[in-house]
Amino acid sequence: MENENTAVKAPLEGIEKQATEELIDKTLELYPEKARKKRAPHMSANDPGVEGCTVKSNRKTVPGVMSARGCAYAGAKGVVWGPIRDMTHISHGPVGCGYYSWGTRRNLVEGHQGVDVFSAMQFTSDFQEKDVVYGGDKKLAKICTEVRELFPLAKGISVLSECPVGLIGDDINAVAKKSSSDLGIPVIPCNCEGFRGVSQSLGHHISNDSIRDYVIGTYEFKDEPTDYDIALIGDYNIGGDAWASKKILEELGLNVKAIWTGDGQIEHIAATHQVKLNLIHCYRSMNYMAKVMEERYGIPWMEFNFFGPTKIAASLRAIAARFDQKIQDNAEKIIEKYTPMMQAVIDEYRPRLEGKRALLFVGGLRPRHTIGAYEDLGLEIVGTGYEFAHNDDYDRTYEEMAKGTLIFDDASEIELETWAKEYKVDLVGSGVKEKYVFQKAGIPFRQMHSWDYSGPYHGYDGFPIFARDIDMAINSPTWGLVKAPF
Amino acid sequence: MSETCAVKKVTEITPEEVARVEEWINTEEYRDKNMAREAVVINPAHACQPLGAQLVAHGFEGTLPFVHGSQGCASYYRSALTRHFREPAAAVSSAMTEDGAVFGGQNNLFEGLENAYKLYSPKMMAVFTSCMPEIIGDDLTAFIANARKEGLIPEDFPVPYANTPSFNGTHINGYDTMLKSILSYLAADKKVEGKDNGKLNLIPGFDCNTGNYREYKRLCKEMGIDVTLLADVSESFDSPLDGTYRPYPGGTPLEEAADVLNAHATLSMMLHASKETVKWFKNETEAPVDVMPAPIGVANTDNFLMKLAELFGKEVPESLKAERGRAVDAMTDAHQYLHNKKFAIWGDPDYLAGMISFLLEMGARPYHIICSRGSKKVTKYLQALLDESPYGEGCHIWMNKDLWHLRSLVMTDPVDALIGSSHGKMVARDANIPHIRHGFPVLDRVNLHRVPFIGYQGAINLLTSIANTLLEEVDRTSEDKHFEIMR
Repeated sequence: MENENTAVKAPLEGIEKQATEELIDKTLELYPEKARKKRAPHMSANDPGVEGCTVKSNRKTVPGVMSARGCAYAGAKGVVWGPIRDMTHISHGPVGCGYYSWGTRRNLVEGHQGVDVFSAMQFTSDFQEKDVVYGGDKKLAKICTEVRELFPLAKGISVLSECPVGLIGDDINAVAKKSSSDLGIPVIPCNCEGFRGVSQSLGHHISNDSIRDYVIGTYEFKDEPTDYDIALIGDYNIGGDAWASKKILEELGLNVKAIWTGDGQIEHIAATHQVKLNLIHCYRSMNYMAKVMEERYGIPWMEFNFFGPTKIAASLRAIAARFDQKIQDNAEKIIEKYTPMMQAVIDEYRPRLEGKRALLFVGGLRPRHTIGAYEDLGLEIVGTGYEFAHNDDYDRTYEEMAKGTLIFDDASEIELETWAKEYKVDLVGSGVKEKYVFQKAGIPFRQMHSWDYSGPYHGYDGFPIFARDIDMAINSPTWGLVKAPF
Repeated sequence: MSETCAVKKVTEITPEEVARVEEWINTEEYRDKNMAREAVVINPAHACQPLGAQLVAHGFEGTLPFVHGSQGCASYYRSALTRHFREPAAAVSSAMTEDGAVFGGQNNLFEGLENAYKLYSPKMMAVFTSCMPEIIGDDLTAFIANARKEGLIPEDFPVPYANTPSFNGTHINGYDTMLKSILSYLAADKKVEGKDNGKLNLIPGFDCNTGNYREYKRLCKEMGIDVTLLADVSESFDSPLDGTYRPYPGGTPLEEAADVLNAHATLSMMLHASKETVKWFKNETEAPVDVMPAPIGVANTDNFLMKLAELFGKEVPESLKAERGRAVDAMTDAHQYLHNKKFAIWGDPDYLAGMISFLLEMGARPYHIICSRGSKKVTKYLQALLDESPYGEGCHIWMNKDLWHLRSLVMTDPVDALIGSSHGKMVARDANIPHIRHGFPVLDRVNLHRVPFIGYQGAINLLTSIANTLLEEVDRTSEDKHFEIMR
């Protein structure tokens, strides 16, 4: 994908850098002085290619602002560990964290819950006062024993610690080590207490580190390695995304040996050091392990984008370029096969969506990765921002957006409201906490974390569904009923 | 680990192994093992205290719930409420991070109060705690007083606060503690000796059905009683879509809440969830303070109305007598579909008490009753309800058991249907029985929180959903020769 984004985006009508800067000033006026200073570096008018368009990120959330961010535990349980289907994931601490994150990420899996897969279940140590006073290590050891007995097909246990565990000084690493040797399955400790770091992001990093320290290299694939072995990294199978992505990669002639971590299997993840290339979709949450595998095992990695036909085609060619002529020919065949199908989708929906404007605010990848899919449908993205991205994500974003558009970090609800109103957007793509705020205001909305209980949105399977969903969000006849005739 | 262990080969779980375990987890042997576990909780039917605190805070006019703790906690509570109601749930947090463990959370609270006050113009902020400040022992009394001294919030701006540790009790306790804190804050010094404003204070408890709140108000109106709901989330979580977003669309007026100690009477509908609040009322006012079961089912509604009649010297009006008659008519018409049918139910103690009463009234059997966090007292109370009816015989209360226990129970000792939150859907699927979505949370059906289940009308609604679900099942599963037009 190296040379893919050299073309500068065409400007959007009525979107000027200066006007956006004025809007930013107006937004900041909402804040008391101290908070204004803190928020100011987190929003900017885009000016690709020019130094100085930098949005500060990965900083502490300003207290009291109604941030959409979650915590390290959310990043560890909800994103990295939770989707691994054949492990039991223990939310270690009080009942709430596991309860609120139970089944809400939509990481689909193959298998029978409670038998050979466990991802839709909520395992908690349900800490009580006495556990806080006397420590929860003994309880944790017992939990591991009970889980091992009740779920004999589970291939491992992850222990995801919640705030109290770190604060009272429990040693889950020691318990995990002993339990692992007693029970004969991996028990992986993950010190992802919610107070660590500033967002979900550190939870991703900590989880990657625990994969590095406890998982990678501990298994090998049964079959002899081939030159076409790859791993799909950073696809969490939301609504079946990973299955849609895997399908294309297999059509390309590649062997998808492991998926991190959507519909994931721990032993496959553990054997990923044997693959020839790591393909990384969600860079933010998994770049750490991609880099570890590069350093430790010499496995190259590359980013790709399977949202919308334009990006899919570019990605397929870029992926194929890493392989031989056979794969490259396959890439062209696939593109040739699917292009008319995707064009039919575009022909159906684009006339109803052309020129509609959207504001995006999602996690660490989609604020940039979905832009192409919207553009394939004729939408224009007037602003985009991340909940928990870092500088390297923003560096990858500026080129994807037109000059003068708004780029922002860790937006508070009042900021989003201000911008949606000012830009008179036709769609907001963000999370469940934001959804009904905008719908009440008469602004169409799609949840872009959970695909609003739809999906997949990845790959050629996903684009028709994405197109249908965006169309129905914007063009639902219910919007015509908002204003009463009396 | 990679250095100490030999590298193993990846193995796949075989279909035979899956089949074996699929069968095994349905056995009595597995049930016994499962019921015997002591440490791990799997698929619980309870959340933590702050969720309840946030719910009740939403029930007051212009009130911004304020989580003192990590921002991730606030995001979780907001999401949980939003997913159930499909409505916004505006709340902020003090966004504590690791340095809070060292320095305490005062600076975060200061900044949070100042920013939220300016940004979201609340009339009140209700502060409650998640784990971190509870563990490190933050002193909210001092912190909030200091924030006023610093001029970050006005001297007279209401900031009630509650300690709601997640490792003690459940969401129903958080509701109670926050409610008491809000009321004691607002009503302190507002008691006027000898004053009776003629109103009823009504405490529904942790109830995530906005229809119920409207129904409480309607029933009181029919009785000619002026009611103050403590707290009223009916608008907060069921507001109109008219093109304007309002962060505080409803709630009990603060002025009304400030006058609660001058009310004619106070009635709490949650026997096991309003200890703190009821105690406070009893200490602060000579007016009657009663606790009684929520009006779920006919008898509970009768008792509720008779209690209102007694407290306010009113007659139950003809309109409600007629409503009662219609409920009894509907129940009699449909009794044959529920009679002796076995149900599994789960949820909070008081919700369960109501559901048990209703099912017994129908001649149905609340066969497996799961309460995933409760006391011996609750068990005793629920058992007494079962003992009052022949249909309660053989029914079981499973105290401090969870929905993975429920699975074992249902697989080894089956029921006709499940009634409860969306979290039970996997049990229903494995047992191949219908699941009537009810309670909190409902994440996979629409509008159920708008359909009241209290009062006579609520009894009809409850009956309608249960009976029609069973009838649908008959149609769905009957052979051709038994597929009839009439049922």
